[in-house]
Amino acid sequence: MLLCGLAILGMLVLIVYELVLRSGLSWRAFGFKFFAGRDWDPVNEQFGALPFIYGTLVSSLLALLIAVPLSIGVAVFTTEMCPARLRGPLSFFVELLAAIPSVVYGLWAIFVLVPLLSNYVQPFLSKTLGWTGLFTGPPYGISMLAAGIILAIMIIPIISSITREVLMVVPQHQREAVLALGATRWEMIRVGVLRNARAGIMGGIILGLGRALGETMAVTMVIGNRPEIAKSLFAPGYTMASVLANEFSEATGDVYLSSLIEIGLALFLVTIVVNALARLLVWTVTRGQPSRANA
Amino acid sequence: MPDVGKTSALHAVPPIALRRRITDHVMTGVAVLTVILVLAPLFAIFAYLVYRGIGSVNWAFLTQTPKPVGEAGGGMANAIVGSGFILALASILGVPVGVGAGIYLAEFGRNRFGDVIRFTADVLNGVPSIVIGIVAYAIVVLYQKHFSALAGGVALAIMMIPTIARTTEEMLLLVPQALREAAYGLGIPRWRTTLSITLRTATSGVITGIMLAFARVAGETAPLLFTALGNQFWNLKVNEPTAALPLQIYTYGLSPYDDWHRQAWAGAFVLIVLIVTAVSAVRFAVRRGTFGTA
Repeated sequence: MLLCGLAILGMLVLIVYELVLRSGLSWRAFGFKFFAGRDWDPVNEQFGALPFIYGTLVSSLLALLIAVPLSIGVAVFTTEMCPARLRGPLSFFVELLAAIPSVVYGLWAIFVLVPLLSNYVQPFLSKTLGWTGLFTGPPYGISMLAAGIILAIMIIPIISSITREVLMVVPQHQREAVLALGATRWEMIRVGVLRNARAGIMGGIILGLGRALGETMAVTMVIGNRPEIAKSLFAPGYTMASVLANEFSEATGDVYLSSLIEIGLALFLVTIVVNALARLLVWTVTRGQPSRANA
Repeated sequence: MPDVGKTSALHAVPPIALRRRITDHVMTGVAVLTVILVLAPLFAIFAYLVYRGIGSVNWAFLTQTPKPVGEAGGGMANAIVGSGFILALASILGVPVGVGAGIYLAEFGRNRFGDVIRFTADVLNGVPSIVIGIVAYAIVVLYQKHFSALAGGVALAIMMIPTIARTTEEMLLLVPQALREAAYGLGIPRWRTTLSITLRTATSGVITGIMLAFARVAGETAPLLFTALGNQFWNLKVNEPTAALPLQIYTYGLSPYDDWHRQAWAGAFVLIVLIVTAVSAVRFAVRRGTFGTA
């Protein structure tokens, strides 16, 4: 049994070891410039990962921007407002979303979301908000925007189910105390519930971010896969995960492969940090005592 | 502050100011709106999947292998079987280790070291599946010098283990302490108690956890891209590239052919139906087999 427990530690060590070992070639060739370079030119063996890092960050942040308010709204509704009869089916339905494979989301995005964006949403956005520079360019549908939206749909179940859990741990007497002071229901939620659950909600959001950063298939299918940094959200982009998905099995040349693995290493490190942070926050809340107490 | 009558401040409950009441109603409305906004795409995805899926599944799809590029017809039979094959490999590799780790965490890991493993498992759960794919590529494909079903199985197993470990642990902790003490009282050694009493009692929960992990990796595409690779033909050899349903959906979905699009939807539908059936069948069997203990 101990052996199996050790296997889990071993897996983590193995992942780190393999990624570090196999990315060594690219690390020696480019050093830190790898993460600042904008050129991705397999033919001349020039590799810079900045466009992918940019794409991953922008698409994930866009997804958070859309998903966070919606998820918190859903969580608040299910814990504080909704009639008891609806609660079960509603959370079941939302969590069902988490069971759909990523490639099916991608399929839906290609055939439904992208046409919807290019025919209706993008023309509208460029007419009304085009002056910001974020919504300019031809409305192809396939874009950073599409990636952000599909990511948002995918991380809403995670964020909202964790937020719901955290809200349910808030003691009932907190709510009753605020109500007894004459607060309306919304004031009770704001002062008595959300304020108490801040750390846990933050943990849920960061966990959602971790998922968004590493999400591969759905994003690859709609982001357009062009390694360029464009200000407009209508322009195609490329993420760290999608460049791996697209080019890894066809990478010829050791430096090329090694560069891809270095992108994988970077992605791994970022998600590890993000997830560890989120876990600590969620643990702190759901255990009912600060994690520092036993450190 | 609302102007409370000066004389009867102690007697009358001050009316809630209009502004506060309006805010309350508006925020309730906003919450309902978010629920609608979240449910709408969910519903759209499901409805569209069923609509496109049912219309596209036919006998040929379930029994034939893919036709050459551009030719209509054919099916994904080899991918369906291939997926099952890779998943079976993953389960053989992943389930024993995962359950073992769960037992360790629940029965022997109530200490600092257990916390470290617990935390590692949670963190591993969040590692992007594509990165797991790279690792499986590095440890299997590079040694074998070619893509294989085994590499895909290893990748999926690495993804299953942390999930299974954590759910197994949770389920074992639900078993009442008194049951263990009763066993110790009869002079049964600890390892025997764990295996025949604790694990036995928690069987249905543990299996549910395994099925959840199974369902999670069954739809995974990213880690298979450069491990199992995909295949146009039948393959049930561990050392050969193998077709998998999610891979086929991905390739067909991005292709320019209408007939392949149709098949991608059929594949997505079959994939979800298979996942749901597998999970509920096992759950049902477990419930039938162990009633009285749970």
